[in-house]
Amino acid sequence: MKIFDKLNGLVAPLDRANVDTDAIIPKQYLKSIKRTGFGPNLFDDWRYLDPGEPGMDHGRRRINPDFVLNQPRYQGARILLARDNFGCGSSREHAPWALMDYGFRVIIAPSYADIFYNNSFKNGLLPIVIERDAVGRLFQECAATPGYGLTVDLAAQTVTTPSGMVFRFEIDAFRKHCLLNGLDDIGLTFQHLDEIRAYEARRKKEAPWLF
Amino acid sequence: MAGKTLYDKLWDAHVVRQHEDGTCLLYIDRHLVHEVTSPQAFEALRLAGRRPWRVAANLATADHNVPTTDRGRGIADPVSRLQVETLDRNCADFGITEFGMNDPRQGIVHVIGPEQGATLPGMTVVCGDSHTSTHGAFGALAFGIGTSEVEHALATQCLIQKKSKNMRVRVDGAIPPGVTAKDIVLAIIGRIGTAGGTGHAIEFAGTAIEQLSVEGRMTVCNMAIEAGARAGMIAVDAKTIEYFRGRPYAPRGELWDHAAKAWRELKSDPDAKFDKEVALNAADIKPQVTWGTSPEMVVPVGGAVPDPIKEPDVVKRAGMQQALKYMDLRPGTPMREIYLDKIFIGSCTNARIEDLRAAAAVVRGKKVARNIRLALVVPGSGLVKQQAENEGLDRVFKDAGFEWREPGCSMCLAMNADRLAPGERCASTSNRNFEGRQGAGGRTHLVSPAMAAAAAIAGHFVDVRELY
Repeated sequence: MKIFDKLNGLVAPLDRANVDTDAIIPKQYLKSIKRTGFGPNLFDDWRYLDPGEPGMDHGRRRINPDFVLNQPRYQGARILLARDNFGCGSSREHAPWALMDYGFRVIIAPSYADIFYNNSFKNGLLPIVIERDAVGRLFQECAATPGYGLTVDLAAQTVTTPSGMVFRFEIDAFRKHCLLNGLDDIGLTFQHLDEIRAYEARRKKEAPWLF
Repeated sequence: MAGKTLYDKLWDAHVVRQHEDGTCLLYIDRHLVHEVTSPQAFEALRLAGRRPWRVAANLATADHNVPTTDRGRGIADPVSRLQVETLDRNCADFGITEFGMNDPRQGIVHVIGPEQGATLPGMTVVCGDSHTSTHGAFGALAFGIGTSEVEHALATQCLIQKKSKNMRVRVDGAIPPGVTAKDIVLAIIGRIGTAGGTGHAIEFAGTAIEQLSVEGRMTVCNMAIEAGARAGMIAVDAKTIEYFRGRPYAPRGELWDHAAKAWRELKSDPDAKFDKEVALNAADIKPQVTWGTSPEMVVPVGGAVPDPIKEPDVVKRAGMQQALKYMDLRPGTPMREIYLDKIFIGSCTNARIEDLRAAAAVVRGKKVARNIRLALVVPGSGLVKQQAENEGLDRVFKDAGFEWREPGCSMCLAMNADRLAPGERCASTSNRNFEGRQGAGGRTHLVSPAMAAAAAIAGHFVDVRELY
């Protein structure tokens, strides 16, 4: 997994609540058996005016000029500012894959759906929770300031605005440790195979119908 | 010390080890696998030179991409075909049991798990699909996972998890006629919102939940994720245990007696504490219809499309306005005046035999309205289909003008050829009314099977209670 420690990046605002994973990456692209290449289809139904299918040349499709990510000022954004319950719906990990492939490394929102939140960490995408009013303020600043960027420091657990305002965020110690060191979950679990075997041996006696 | 909730008990029984910050290594008893979220996991397993830790804990089927029409000709879409063939090859290579597309036991993964007895009370059940919460209906801890966790479960039979909080939703009282498990769960989501259960495992309890059949309970737990909760669950009772007797993967003989005894303990202690509690009265619940693009945007069928102007929260108001625009609806329109183009009876929410019986009872002897371009019935599994045909339900549907299809996820998410065209409006027994969910530009209204059947006959929404 990619290491995440610090990032100073351009912010793009996606001003709607309950953005679901069907919107993040529509189902037709889930037929892929690969982990990469989902970036051109991030927010496909909103980003393009014509219907998209796998295998199309997406560079030749009709762009929706009204969609926020298509505006010139947000090109190259690394941080996505979002509203409540971001990533709700399906468990597709293609959603964080698409966000990462597009170029995002951080999302800032008041809340996330649990599965999306969990999936993001597995891929080095940092979902930051900041309380609603503060996120509202970031939306205002972002709209008012061309080239608006934020500095994210995972070790310090802070988001700093251009004017020097600092927002602290919470994160599980374990998840933070894994992101800062780029640790892979399976590798960590492989250090405990004996404990898994011991659990199985005990469980076989207690509940033999499970084996 | 306060007693334990059902969730506490299931969690504690599966902890292999605990990290200092509370993160646990949790043992997984059953891993269900389908074609969409597994190929990258198998590929990574292969690249790392690993094998599944316990092959027999896995059960696979192809459901999302499979055609629901004639399967003799295979899958026309080459991209879908490759994904299904990839699952076949991965299962063959690693020795995992798979109910392939032409196996009579094939079906929607959340229908076939319990049907086979592969899902049992007290188990931890995971699958790379958010509707895995369905299996909680049997007193199991079941939740959806992403592809990285599919790989983790394959490689180690464990997952790294942090425990959620406990939430209880009680529904008490007699369930009125014409009101179903689907209406109950939509009413719950309407009350608590799509993020109402975020960070929590929800236990559904109360006398109304007890009255529900095991299949109805699956419908309720299925949509726990639509209330934001990764896991939904219901305590085990005599109905739960009876359901599993004689199923292919269920224990037999002495082992059955031993298991049944243990399963009876799978309920919250009377003095257990919940972090959040919500209560609904079953008598207040009416047949529900969603009007917007989130399952929380729901009203009783006698109601009307709400007016965003009355919503004080600005973010919510903007969401309602976007939804009305997408759905092409005006505030104040009575739900009964909404006309439909397509009807979909199917999905892991509502494609079991009782759902098909409920829909057939409404349809029997009638005809689908002329404005309905397509009315589909897609059974949840090959065995559900067979059972329905033994009961003559296929004839009831076909005589009325419905199409009777092969099992799969179908138009719930439109990964196969079954989908809405842009602008088409559908009464659907599925679980999500998101923008584009049933096809780009398609408009979805979530309802119960009886309500979908009644809408098919009338051509617009009607109150199914008037037909009783």
